[in-house]
Amino acid sequence: MEKEVKQTKGKIAGIIANLVTVEVDGPVSQNEICYIKHAGIDLMAEVIKVFEKKVFIQVFESTRGLKIGQEVEFSGGMLEVTLGPGILSRNYDGLQHDLDRMEGVFLKRGDYTDALDYEKTWDFTPLANIGDTVIAGDWLGEVTENVIPHKIMVPFSFSGKFTIKKLAAAGSYKVLDEIAILADSKGTEYKVTMTQKWPVKIPVKTYVNKPRPYKLLETGVRTIDTLNPIVEGGTGFIPGPFGSGKTVMQQAISKQAEADIVIVAACGERANEVVEIFTEFPELEDPRTGRKLMERTTIIANTSNMPVAAREASVYTAMTIAEYYRTMGLKVLLLADSTSRWAQALREMSNRMEELPGPDAFPMDLPAIISNFYSRAGFVHLNNGATGSITFIGTVSPAGGNLKEPVTESTKKAARCFYALSQQRADSKRYPAIDPIDSYSKYLEYPELQEYLKTNISENWIDQVLRAKNFLLRGKEASEQINILGDDGVPVDYHLRFWRGEVIDFVVLQQDAFDEIDKRTSLERQKFLLETVLEICDIDFRFESFDEVNPYFKRIINTLKQMNYSEYKSEKFNSFYNELQTIIGERK
Amino acid sequence: METKAFQKIYTKIIQITKATCSLRATGVGYEELAMVNGRLAQVVKIIGDVVTLQVFGGTEGIPTNAEVVFMGKPPVLKVSDDLAGRFFNAFGNPIDGGPEVEGEEREIGGPSVNPVRRKQPSELIATGIAGIDMNNTLVTGQKIPFFADPDQPFNQVMAMVAMRAKADKIILGGMGLTNDDYLFYKNVFENAGALERIISFVNTTENPPVERLLVPDMALTAAEYFAVDKKQSVLVLLTDMTLYADALSIVSNRMDQIPSKDSMPGSLYSDLAKIYEKAVQFPDGGSITIIAVTTLSGGDITHAIPDNTGYITEGQLFLRKDSDIGKVIVDPFRSLSRLKQLVIGKKTRKDHPQVMNTAIRLFADAAQAKTKLENGFDLTDYDERTLKFGKEYSDKLLAIDVNIDIDMMLDTAWSLFAKYFSKAEVAIRSEFMDLYWKGE
Repeated sequence: MEKEVKQTKGKIAGIIANLVTVEVDGPVSQNEICYIKHAGIDLMAEVIKVFEKKVFIQVFESTRGLKIGQEVEFSGGMLEVTLGPGILSRNYDGLQHDLDRMEGVFLKRGDYTDALDYEKTWDFTPLANIGDTVIAGDWLGEVTENVIPHKIMVPFSFSGKFTIKKLAAAGSYKVLDEIAILADSKGTEYKVTMTQKWPVKIPVKTYVNKPRPYKLLETGVRTIDTLNPIVEGGTGFIPGPFGSGKTVMQQAISKQAEADIVIVAACGERANEVVEIFTEFPELEDPRTGRKLMERTTIIANTSNMPVAAREASVYTAMTIAEYYRTMGLKVLLLADSTSRWAQALREMSNRMEELPGPDAFPMDLPAIISNFYSRAGFVHLNNGATGSITFIGTVSPAGGNLKEPVTESTKKAARCFYALSQQRADSKRYPAIDPIDSYSKYLEYPELQEYLKTNISENWIDQVLRAKNFLLRGKEASEQINILGDDGVPVDYHLRFWRGEVIDFVVLQQDAFDEIDKRTSLERQKFLLETVLEICDIDFRFESFDEVNPYFKRIINTLKQMNYSEYKSEKFNSFYNELQTIIGERK
Repeated sequence: METKAFQKIYTKIIQITKATCSLRATGVGYEELAMVNGRLAQVVKIIGDVVTLQVFGGTEGIPTNAEVVFMGKPPVLKVSDDLAGRFFNAFGNPIDGGPEVEGEEREIGGPSVNPVRRKQPSELIATGIAGIDMNNTLVTGQKIPFFADPDQPFNQVMAMVAMRAKADKIILGGMGLTNDDYLFYKNVFENAGALERIISFVNTTENPPVERLLVPDMALTAAEYFAVDKKQSVLVLLTDMTLYADALSIVSNRMDQIPSKDSMPGSLYSDLAKIYEKAVQFPDGGSITIIAVTTLSGGDITHAIPDNTGYITEGQLFLRKDSDIGKVIVDPFRSLSRLKQLVIGKKTRKDHPQVMNTAIRLFADAAQAKTKLENGFDLTDYDERTLKFGKEYSDKLLAIDVNIDIDMMLDTAWSLFAKYFSKAEVAIRSEFMDLYWKGE
């Protein structure tokens, strides 16, 4: 559906950093994209405020050298992404320009590369029939993108019912080739290709409904899967001071989680971390397909030194791509590191526009913006009965590590899982530093998930998890008592309680993200481990005095850790298990 | 920088603050340089025909009829191999009495490297200091600050690291350096006979504070010349970034911007990131490594400057005086090098990661035992042993006067383990135990 092209133009009237004011000669819309004509290149910008004839635009590039009176052309459309086969394995900037196709070592202003390869051909198989009635998001056909069945859909912008007049036969087509002709109720015909555009700020809603999620999303990270599980279509966030392992955590999840598609939005973070993903993902074998992980991954990179206005766009670009793949009936995992940088980008702009500030100088509508964004995730039923999901995990970088700041507080209201990284745990190198007591997963209270866990893990799984949490809490209390009253000032039983918590901490919670075996634990193994550990916690070991407790439990922990480092059910694993039984036997 | 013919001279300033002045002018480009009564200034805001200039030398004594000339270009540095061995001020003018450097003019504060054109850093930088090499290994292309209180010897440690690191060029960006510290660096460089490898851009406490804003960009433009054009490994030392951030807040304050946390501008994160993200490893061998200093007040890392820095840099190094041994050590708990995972156990011996973690864990036990002791509780036998271990570990490995290679550091750690602990207490993977355990 082609839009009518209006040609509003304007001239620059003011410049403060990347906020430019423009005097316009015609109509403009909020969030409209415009281009500043500068020395033979076009600099992309977005309308963020209109005041009579004066339009405030945020420029997605450096504004160095711009002058008053320079011409600005308005595009008539909002910031859009290009959707179609060929998005996977690509590295985009925040505005979906392909970074690999840009020339030179340094980013050049106005170097806008295509998001898709328009020359590549795809083997198309039709999934619908001529004469079928279809609506936006329905599947017309399929191509294979790497290993993923990529559906060619009725464009999301088509409203109402359409009849398929023509549909391409199986064969090779380019992205812009005609795939179908659809007619609306009045008989007007529209051409459909393999690609479509969609404005990033508008959620894609081509699904029937969004039920409560119920399926566990396996991540292989024990402290998540066992203690505070996330679900397919769930939302979670990881706040933590710097150095507490946020990024390592997110990368572990992205590498291991049971998702069809992984989209990583590196939002205002370190370039070397993005390079790590660029370098490692193409090498990492995908345990599910035996192919490379990069084949089902897309990276949106707006590193901290890239233009700040594109930072906000980057998370929306990533979310829209995620919604596109969800509509194909796929399980999408979306990770954004870090949403605080995005909030800061909003603050910089709000500040330059001299808006009245909210708490910590953030814009007043920050909580609304964050919760709207999180609400775009979720598990959905599609028109044809298939299901798809977007699981969203964002990191938050609270200023000064203080969780009472506006971004953390707003996110806490929106996300259902809270993985609090603790500085104290990080300092004592207890990684992952997710605090087992402060963190929570609201999904654990969902009867839907409880039912799923009962069927898929074991009947009493939830009880076991709650017992483990209880042991941790009692261990923490005991440790506080011991610290106040001294080792010999408390009954031996307190030491026993303390060490039960430590066993769970060292063996279940702590996990070596850099060890080949320990980094990923299957659900079956997690079940075995938790059961083994709880058995130990349930034993009333006999100790004469407190100083026997510490060395004895250290032996238990050491043996269990050696098991964690060994291949599951291997000879080595079994021999450590036998050793463990001998140690337990000593004091039963 | 002399003015060219046919340049329009403006003589009517309509507003003056402590750091900025405004006038009516046309045809001015954003971020363009100007001269205000002979002082260098830069365009920071244009609204209609009113141009606001940030005057680097401060506005003291600027009259409303001052002569203002626009130079038609942003700040530049002339780059060539002749930069080596020279000392410059914040504007890139020589302060060592030598001639002007001739070369290609490059805009400072240029564009960022396309992330897909970067290479993952993988070259270890050996410093001989075990608190760094063993616990917080540095890698080329990394950016890392020292977080230190003003009384700690960070300039000395940084100079030591710079001299031992095998960099082709060392570039010093000094911001608000005291004259004494400036002379200290100059001496160290000269005495090491390394002057031809060194370039310095220095703003001392005698110079106006706003000038400092140019120093990191000058230093990094020179660094990019050597790393990109000459494919050299360049080490950039920036001291003190806290004073740089203070200058940022002065300017934003004068421009009536709404301050965010700790009176810092809302854009502090982006401003700092633009500097630190110049650290890079290129595929063809060139690299820029940044070691900076961020001074703290009373060790408070939650202040906006260290806090934002910590989120940008790849770790941080903390110095602390260990009263038990009377030496300055690199604090193993609060220090972190995020890039160490790329080299430890890969470029160094396989047991490195586990030895490092175990030693720190036992040192933490020692700290706990010490608290117990101070609170008047009885110590167990294990506590007694960790205390002794802690002292020796601190003295032989954490102290900044250590200068040994990494294998030697690991061997020292293994012998300390065997001296004070049993195998079960050390709990390292059995294959390493078999290879390196120094006890029975």
